[in-house]
Amino acid sequence: MKLGRIKSILLAMLLAFSLPALANEAAPKQALPNADDPVIEQRMVKLAEDLRCLVCQNESLAGSHAELAEDLRREIRAQMKAGKDDKQVIAYLTERYGDFVLYRPPFKPETWLLWLGPVLFLGIGGGAWVMTLRRRRVVPAAPVDEKRRAAAAQLLEEK
Amino acid sequence: MKRWLPLVLFVVLVGFFARGLFLNPREVPSPFIGRTAPAFTLPLVGDANASFSPADMKGRVWMLNVWAPWCVSCRQEHPVLMQIAEGGRIPIVGLNWKDKAREAEALLARAGSPYVAVPEDLDGRVGIAYGVTGTPETYLIDQTGIVRLKHIGPISPEVWKDKFEPKLKELGA
Repeated sequence: MKLGRIKSILLAMLLAFSLPALANEAAPKQALPNADDPVIEQRMVKLAEDLRCLVCQNESLAGSHAELAEDLRREIRAQMKAGKDDKQVIAYLTERYGDFVLYRPPFKPETWLLWLGPVLFLGIGGGAWVMTLRRRRVVPAAPVDEKRRAAAAQLLEEK
Repeated sequence: MKRWLPLVLFVVLVGFFARGLFLNPREVPSPFIGRTAPAFTLPLVGDANASFSPADMKGRVWMLNVWAPWCVSCRQEHPVLMQIAEGGRIPIVGLNWKDKAREAEALLARAGSPYVAVPEDLDGRVGIAYGVTGTPETYLIDQTGIVRLKHIGPISPEVWKDKFEPKLKELGA
């Protein structure tokens, strides 16, 4: 009984000591979003998710740790703060880095094949499928001569 | 004919893959070719009171070489640039990109400078304005300030001979 009480006191003390430690750990997490304006930060991240990092090319600008990506994010932030809308920021970047920065390239003659390719292949596949089905339907009817027809009629009549 | 169709398709596919394998994904086509080089004014390395602007080069064919002291392949390029500079055919401006440690002045004093001017782009914003993805990158700009050529990566003697010299001849420099 006594031992149980000591145990519970010890546990309470340990908990009391560990609380501030927990609070300390939580503190830096709160400070992580390093922008003074959360609205612009959110807009920037949303935009940057659809942009390609020019250094590590299979990463988005939002997720990359490359120094150039950081600089570009800073540039986007600055332009948004200056009152530019998303379209103007994208235009600024494509003027400098070309359509290559866009993960969704615009629809224009050079990208027609890229955008319509899947439809084209679906069409080819569908066409081939229809043609196969059609060919299969044309089963030549077995020729029936009069003798066999008469034999069949006789059998039916017998019943 | 029908029997060969899969083989033909396979060969076409392999053709596409082989082409893709030998493309350099770093060679991002620059949208600046044929357009006016972005204007900027930056202080010079070693003389913060003086400044450089592309407008200063009007009437001349020149090269803008984006480099940095921390860039290893720029060192590889350095002797080639020195040789070009010695030839005196074309002035080279060396944009010192994001040199946070401020090493450019000492480095150029030690190794020799191929540049007629070295503007200091400390925060890298002029580089971004030019669509720089990494150093070294070189732009060939004509008499009217239009970008004619962009090369990503160090200039080797071969690149100079095959890529730059024909363009220079075309521009009459």
